[in-house]
Amino acid sequence: MDDTVITVRNLTNRFGKTTVHQNLDLDVQRGEVLGVVGASGSGKSVLLRSIVGLQKPATGTITVLGTDVLTDPPTETEPNTGDPKAVQNRWGVMFQDGALFSSLTVRENVEAPMREKLAIDAQTRAVLADLRIAMVGLPATAGDLYPSELSGGMRKRAGLARALALDPQILFLDEPTAGLDPISASEFDNLILSLQKALGLTVFLVTHDLDTLHATCNRIAVLAQKKVLVTGTMAEMMQVDDPWVRSYFHGPRAHAAQPQGAT
Amino acid sequence: MSTEDRDVGKASRAKLVGAVTLTNLDTQRAFLANQSAVSVLDLSEVTQLDTAGAWAIASFQAAQKSRGREVTIDNATGAHSLLLQTVTAAMPASRKRRRRLPHHEAGDLLFELGKAVSGFSAEFGKTLGFLGFVLSRLASTAVHPSRLRATALAHHMQHAGLNAVPIVGLMGFLIGIVLAFQGASQLEQFGAEIYVVDLISISMLRELGILLTAIIVAGRSASAFTAAIGSMKMREEIDAMRVLGLDPIELLVLPRVLALLILLPLLGFVANIAGLLGGALMAWIDLGISPAMFRTQLATNTTVSHALVGLSKAPVFAMIIALVGCYQGLQVEGNTDSLGSRTSRSVVVAIFLVIVVDALASIFFSVWGV
Repeated sequence: MDDTVITVRNLTNRFGKTTVHQNLDLDVQRGEVLGVVGASGSGKSVLLRSIVGLQKPATGTITVLGTDVLTDPPTETEPNTGDPKAVQNRWGVMFQDGALFSSLTVRENVEAPMREKLAIDAQTRAVLADLRIAMVGLPATAGDLYPSELSGGMRKRAGLARALALDPQILFLDEPTAGLDPISASEFDNLILSLQKALGLTVFLVTHDLDTLHATCNRIAVLAQKKVLVTGTMAEMMQVDDPWVRSYFHGPRAHAAQPQGAT
Repeated sequence: MSTEDRDVGKASRAKLVGAVTLTNLDTQRAFLANQSAVSVLDLSEVTQLDTAGAWAIASFQAAQKSRGREVTIDNATGAHSLLLQTVTAAMPASRKRRRRLPHHEAGDLLFELGKAVSGFSAEFGKTLGFLGFVLSRLASTAVHPSRLRATALAHHMQHAGLNAVPIVGLMGFLIGIVLAFQGASQLEQFGAEIYVVDLISISMLRELGILLTAIIVAGRSASAFTAAIGSMKMREEIDAMRVLGLDPIELLVLPRVLALLILLPLLGFVANIAGLLGGALMAWIDLGISPAMFRTQLATNTTVSHALVGLSKAPVFAMIIALVGCYQGLQVEGNTDSLGSRTSRSVVVAIFLVIVVDALASIFFSVWGV
């Protein structure tokens, strides 16, 4: 099987007269953690939304796990919803604030994808949901709570549990550590990393958090000037001779975020 | 990815084959359920393993352990054993079913009744408190008229008032037609067709015009107020106002209350006129009462006091609708369910109160003899 799981070619996104992406190309390899960085408004979230089919681009092709998500929109309800090979059953998306269904408890939220997509009995579903809740580091009591009763960090974890409900191959994370305290943020980094290793996930990670980039990402893609300016490892990023990339990775915050001994 | 389950050699050894994933969880679990004598589980031919599959294996191990048998995993790849470790560490404790206490139907009923009554009286008291609060703000705004948000007021007057004119006018017109038609068929029997004019004018001007207008506005605007203020509450906009030293009552509630206070009487008037027009048209078509005759009969037999009695209720209705709508909006909590239930409750309560007050007003006016 091809080892490129996400292929984006010639992607152009426009909102009215504003062009967000112009002929953007990006490849994501199986099993890697790709961090997408860029200035606010550079279209990181728009890129993520395009890949998962929530944003229809003006032009371009996007292929995820061999499915063209533009001609075969995965977010629409289709006859193949129950098909385990359907691409929407092979990815999980965690939105910035969890985007949990507020009328359901956390356990019901995690069960929701399984309930809709799989024919498994209620008890197994509940146990599997509890397993996911425990795996993302939430206490067992959290399953019975409603999203409005959770803190921001717990909502993110619950959102991650729901994203993992169908055992996806690709995990999309939108700003997973934004708004978390440093301890929770680094716990979250470790969590993503350990889940990624254990489950062999491919992670597409939109973030601003340099610590997260250092801790989790194999490869970094910089969005600037309406395209993917450069991709490469953290070490390669430090060498890139572009003013924005330089100030991003060499700024005062970047130095603080670097692990001891690294330059 | 088909699954073949077979025992290999020794009875104490079992081999899982193929994919052990969420999609074929049932088959693999059924296979494991039959391996009660197994002490070694061979994973060498597992092609795919996910958390659900790992859970199946881990729960099999746990179940065997509870029967005093250790099951060891053999030939698992590095990734698979890592996944198994992660899942085993996160295995949820077996869920305890909460047992419901024994109870009686009658007791439940009594409990529900008591809850409803106490909830209703608490809610009523709070709404009354809110009324007082808003009235005091209204008074302080009357002292300092510069604090009134004119833009917001105009906005709400347009949305809750002006935009309701077509529907209110149409409603009045049709009610006029219905009254004329129904009245005519009854009055014709006595040869008293001409009194259809009095029937239409008095019922329309005194009661129906303003009552039905208030019901329509309650449906349109009370829900809109609740939804708008409620979603602001959900997005913490109300809290943001408070910490900025802005008064949400002054900013959100007063413009809405004033807009309805000003415009509900006008809408009632529109409904009255439309009702009379509809009635006149139907009387002309059905009974041959010419518009001129209708006018003369209206002018001689129906005094202005009927219209005034009707319209005097409009400000009260306006206050009820705006207050209920805004109050329910401010009660919305953090989830979308509460927004929905508050919106529907605001419409129901507003319409209910409008009708109750209308009935009380009818009694009051008839005792007073107006």
